[in-house]
Amino acid sequence: MPAVSKGDGMRGLAVFISDIRNCKSKEAEIKRINKELANIRSKFKGDKALDGYSKKKYVCKLLFIFLLGHDIDFGHMEAVNLLSSNKYTEKQIGYLFISVLVNSNSDLISLINNAIKNDLSSRNPTFMNLALHCIANVGSREMAEAFAAEVPRILVAGDTMDSVKQSAALCLLRLNRTSPDLVPMGEWTTRVVHLLNDQHLGVVTAATSLITTLAQKSPEDFKTSVSLAVARLSRIVSSASTDLQDYTYYFVAAPWLSVKLLRLLQCYPPPEDGAIRGRLTECLETILNKAQEPPKSKKVQHSNAKNAVLFEAISLIIHHDSEPTLLVRACNQLGQFLQHRETNLRYLALESMCTLASSEFSHEAVKTHIETVINALKSERDVSVRQRAVDLLYAMCDRSNAKQIVAEMLSYLETADYSIREEIVLKVAILAEKYAVDYTWYVDTILNLIRFAGDYVSDEVWYRVIQIVINRDEVQGYAAKTVFEALQAPACHENLVKVGGYILGEFGNLIAGDSRSSPLIQFDLLHSKFHLCSVPTRALLLSAYIKFINLFPEVKGTIQEVLRSDSQLRNADVELQQRAVEYLRLSCIASTDILATVLEEMPPFPERESSILAKLKRKKGPGNLHLDLDENRKERSVNGGTADHSSTTSNAKAPMPPQASAVPVLRSAGPLFQVFASPTTSTDLLGLGSTIATQNSAPPASKGASLLVDVFSGNTAAFPVETPVAVGPVADENFSRFVCKNNGVLYENQLLQIGLKSEFRQNLGRMYVFFGNKTSTQFMNFAASVVCQDALQAQLNVHAKPADPTVDGGAQLQQILNIECVSDFVDAPVLNIQFRYGGTLQNIAVKLPITLNKFFQPTEMTSLDFFQRWKQLGAPQQEVQNIFKARHSMDIEVTKAKIMGFGAALLDGVDPNPFNFVGAGVIHTKTTQVGCLLRLEPNTQAQMYRLTLRTSRGTVSQRLCDLLSEQF
Amino acid sequence: MIGGLFIYNHKGEVLISRVYRDDIGRNAVDAFRVNVIHARQQVRSPVTNIARTSFFHVKRSNIWLAAVTKQNVNAAMVFEFLYKMCDVMAAYFGKVSEENIKNNFVLIYELLDEILDFGYPQNSETGALKTFITQQGIKGQTKEEQSQITSQVTGQIGWRREGIKYRRNELFLDVLESVNLLMSPQGQVLSAHVSGRVVMKSYLSGMPECKFGMNDKIVIDKAGKGGVTDEVGKSDLGGGGSTSGKQSIAIDDCTFNQCVRLSKFDSERSISFIPPDGEYELMRYRTTKDIILPFRVIPLVREVGRTKLEVKVVIKSNFKPSLLAQKIEVRIPTPLNTSGVQVICMKGKAKYKASENAIVWKIKRMAGMKESQISAEIELLPTNDKKKWARPPISMNFEVPFAPSGLKVRYLKVFESKLNYSDHDVVKWVRYIGRSGIYETRC
Repeated sequence: MPAVSKGDGMRGLAVFISDIRNCKSKEAEIKRINKELANIRSKFKGDKALDGYSKKKYVCKLLFIFLLGHDIDFGHMEAVNLLSSNKYTEKQIGYLFISVLVNSNSDLISLINNAIKNDLSSRNPTFMNLALHCIANVGSREMAEAFAAEVPRILVAGDTMDSVKQSAALCLLRLNRTSPDLVPMGEWTTRVVHLLNDQHLGVVTAATSLITTLAQKSPEDFKTSVSLAVARLSRIVSSASTDLQDYTYYFVAAPWLSVKLLRLLQCYPPPEDGAIRGRLTECLETILNKAQEPPKSKKVQHSNAKNAVLFEAISLIIHHDSEPTLLVRACNQLGQFLQHRETNLRYLALESMCTLASSEFSHEAVKTHIETVINALKSERDVSVRQRAVDLLYAMCDRSNAKQIVAEMLSYLETADYSIREEIVLKVAILAEKYAVDYTWYVDTILNLIRFAGDYVSDEVWYRVIQIVINRDEVQGYAAKTVFEALQAPACHENLVKVGGYILGEFGNLIAGDSRSSPLIQFDLLHSKFHLCSVPTRALLLSAYIKFINLFPEVKGTIQEVLRSDSQLRNADVELQQRAVEYLRLSCIASTDILATVLEEMPPFPERESSILAKLKRKKGPGNLHLDLDENRKERSVNGGTADHSSTTSNAKAPMPPQASAVPVLRSAGPLFQVFASPTTSTDLLGLGSTIATQNSAPPASKGASLLVDVFSGNTAAFPVETPVAVGPVADENFSRFVCKNNGVLYENQLLQIGLKSEFRQNLGRMYVFFGNKTSTQFMNFAASVVCQDALQAQLNVHAKPADPTVDGGAQLQQILNIECVSDFVDAPVLNIQFRYGGTLQNIAVKLPITLNKFFQPTEMTSLDFFQRWKQLGAPQQEVQNIFKARHSMDIEVTKAKIMGFGAALLDGVDPNPFNFVGAGVIHTKTTQVGCLLRLEPNTQAQMYRLTLRTSRGTVSQRLCDLLSEQF
Repeated sequence: MIGGLFIYNHKGEVLISRVYRDDIGRNAVDAFRVNVIHARQQVRSPVTNIARTSFFHVKRSNIWLAAVTKQNVNAAMVFEFLYKMCDVMAAYFGKVSEENIKNNFVLIYELLDEILDFGYPQNSETGALKTFITQQGIKGQTKEEQSQITSQVTGQIGWRREGIKYRRNELFLDVLESVNLLMSPQGQVLSAHVSGRVVMKSYLSGMPECKFGMNDKIVIDKAGKGGVTDEVGKSDLGGGGSTSGKQSIAIDDCTFNQCVRLSKFDSERSISFIPPDGEYELMRYRTTKDIILPFRVIPLVREVGRTKLEVKVVIKSNFKPSLLAQKIEVRIPTPLNTSGVQVICMKGKAKYKASENAIVWKIKRMAGMKESQISAEIELLPTNDKKKWARPPISMNFEVPFAPSGLKVRYLKVFESKLNYSDHDVVKWVRYIGRSGIYETRC
């Protein structure tokens, strides 16, 4: 900008500003501003023409007032008038006001655009520059629309001045960033590339920025820029520091341009043309050589500029990843920086080395600096540098140096900064697992990890230890011994107690031979930690105790004592209470065989990707994970890119979905005895499996289950069995209506109405029978009894509570029936009613609607589970199919309601055909539980249904099929 | 209770800082400065809560007084204390200004020690304080005098010491009222109320018992029923200039100086007291009914096109022609895009003040039942803003020599049984001043 000439001092503005500065209070300031605004308004009133100078002065004042935070709603017109002035200063102030104050939807925009157009077409370079700056500063869509064609033309026109070209390039860059769709690629693109050959270095610098951005979008169009960039770079690099005059910065030749060219080259793979490639290698070598030369100046600017070029060159070398010698040289150069006084340099060196470590050529070279890096970890004062050191150690780790690195990281962990501890813990855990040759070493490492930084050990880490120990026989004994020793420390971290509890519970027997770790000592040791732990850990310990009972029968008494104590049996926490109660009963009732089966050692876990790795990926973006590097580099913008790109990018970028780790985690973390997790309310289909087993070979496991059921339903066992009474015809006309519902009127004649209300739970039911006297006279000698005929006697227990012998006219009598299903049954019991009405004895027999499906418990399951189980029940006697004609209309909602009323859970979205109905449930009887799956396929055209039932028991399938078929 | 008290100058520098309780840290000082004094937006609320600490502030000229507390205190009490604090400071060293505060900071700390004890307000009666907090030190006092101070401060009548003697027993009574009004352009009263104070200056010997009477509606009605009506006109002390013929006023609410016996007021509604020596405020009151509005403002605004505005304002005085209103000032707001103003007025002086965005019309004196008018032409600059001018109300300031509420002092009797002067020997002066508060008319 040309210096303001003497006459342009704008004294009025200076006075105004100093007045504002001297104001004692906000109120005074506002008063002064109001006064000034009134003054300007009166000047702008328009009765007399203002000269350019005063217009400029007042516009300046308005600008100043606006920047102080006050609203300005006039003066825009005057500012636009200034644009057409011929004086530089006036034009400049006009443009300034417009770029600050005019919003894009103003009605003045066409005037402004016109003025800009005039300036662009003028031959005056300063005016053109001002106009271009204004376009770039405003950068709105409207501006882009108006000038998207004009600016490139100016950029590539042969007669444009250098300074204008520079501005045009940057202006185009800005427009390209804000509204890329409006800046079309055209024939100018090829000519832009040739700007790299321009005489004027400023133009080249501006053009490089533009080309880099464009090349990132469409690399093909700008491919030719590579050779030009290399040529330009080599000219700069080989020039003496005095050659470039204005563009030499503290003895470094054109550092900005060099950096930008190197960035541009990073958009492309290594050049294929041998000559260009050789020239580029030469350049890079020269840059590396220059780094070795003694500095030409002691000034920090000199070294900064030099290093900026160097680091950019190194990242180009890493990007190409093709020249081993260069990579090794770069690595050595960085190694020198590792001990540099300058903290920033150390940081950058570590960061670059991290990426170098991933290259196969330079990995070994990086490894030579291991001592230095470890030293940096220990002695570095800046935590961010230490963090980089940790990253680098992680990156350079391989089988040969894993032990050393892990040991160093562990020892550093004790003093590490809190902010990076968790990350170090994860890294140690991963490295220890990845490079473990000897799993005893692995166990030691992880236990140490928990000891040093227990709080930062996430669940995934200790799940993983347990997975590995369980999967590898050879370390189990060692692990048990080590955790036993570790637990002896007076203060253990809870995670250690968890690992200890789990491992001793599984493998405590392997060290029980030693008298120092006898079963009782092991138990006492674990139990001494019990009270200090949180609920989940306590639950885990309880499971470990029950495992102890299996492993060491000699401590059974002690453990039962512990389980029996009030603090367990009556614990406020439901989970603990339930575990204590169940384990206690299990240990009391089950025989040793059962115990041994139930509490068998956990099977090996399936091998999956380490859950910890997934966690680390989630936690950290790039920097340490090499696969993200390229992406990261792309994101660095060309001009502002040297800023802080070391900060971790967003977590979302981690490519591995976190669920990958969820499954193994659950498997290992869940309770040890899933089968017994909730025997009283086994809503899941686990019961299915066990009933199948009962039928065939009755393994002890399921026996244990039914034993437990017994414990909870003991008093329902004994029911008095009514003596059967022979009766006349049995009424059953309403019977089928009750298959899918529980309440309603069962029987009605002139005298009597029988209503029912019933509820069923598991294998038990209760039925309320209401006898309504429809007459006005009393029923005498009223008696109602339930008869179970033949086989039914053994299959169903029905106990009727005695009822009143008289029923008054118009009154109602209620009788309660208790029902228990012993095993599956086909027939229905009969209700015999006798009473005397007006001297005559009445005998009525009604079939009671107690059907097998009443003992259904619905079960929800996924499509996958359903078909898995469906296949399991594939034996011919287990499946019953019935094809029948629809008796009622085939309404979907009615059908749904019927299936639900039948007792099965209606599973939506399981069957691929949406018109089919699929249900699942468990029939509870006293002896067994029968899993049932049903499938109803309606055919609306033929008015037919196909019903398929698969249960674990053929008789059940048949009966249920019969019952359900009648309903449709 | 008050946890601390800070005084700031307009720049936010702390002049006085006194912390009474430990829960107020030093950072509270900065919190107030940052969040209130230097706040980007002007803080209008007198109570600000910053980080669970409440700041109660009042501003006197360029001085900020802030009381700080973490507890849930009675905000009215805190503000009462702050105002009292201003009064006390004014009584000691005149205007509350930065200069004066800096010059008297030792005194202020001494005062703060006395009037605020562990955050609890204490006796803040200026007269009493002046007996033992002086700027000269207390060397000259004898033992008896000291014991007298103690007995007075701790005794029943803490506001007056014994043994006061005047050659001429005199008392001055000022009824100061401020009248607030908001009126619609059509002349409809939207809201109006008068808040008044009775300020007394007494120079009486001994321990006189005083009784103050005014035309309170309840008292008059009661007296009317009792049949003692002739007393009313007779003991009318002042030259009340009310044009209305009404006899009594309805007081909405009132507060009294601590010297007034409230039990007596409650039972008989009579105001009797032993006055403090010197100047004090006897009572404060508020009325909302039958207010005499001293001036009527009739605005007339006409928009002529987009660039011109014509304003005509007529004011009418509405009181006895024999009385003179003083210091009349009418403030007519102008639009924000005013570029020029021409004013013509019959009386007084009018000027466009750009810094305040208003035309200010000043009249020195104006008798009752008169009328005066101003007309102005305002030129406007067209703007790109489509916002319409909000038309703020025209406000007015004045001073009239009567009480707009209609309050009249009926009597003030002085009884001193021990010393031999009677009510007739006391020289009594009564003065009525009615000022404008927020007196606005919409246009």
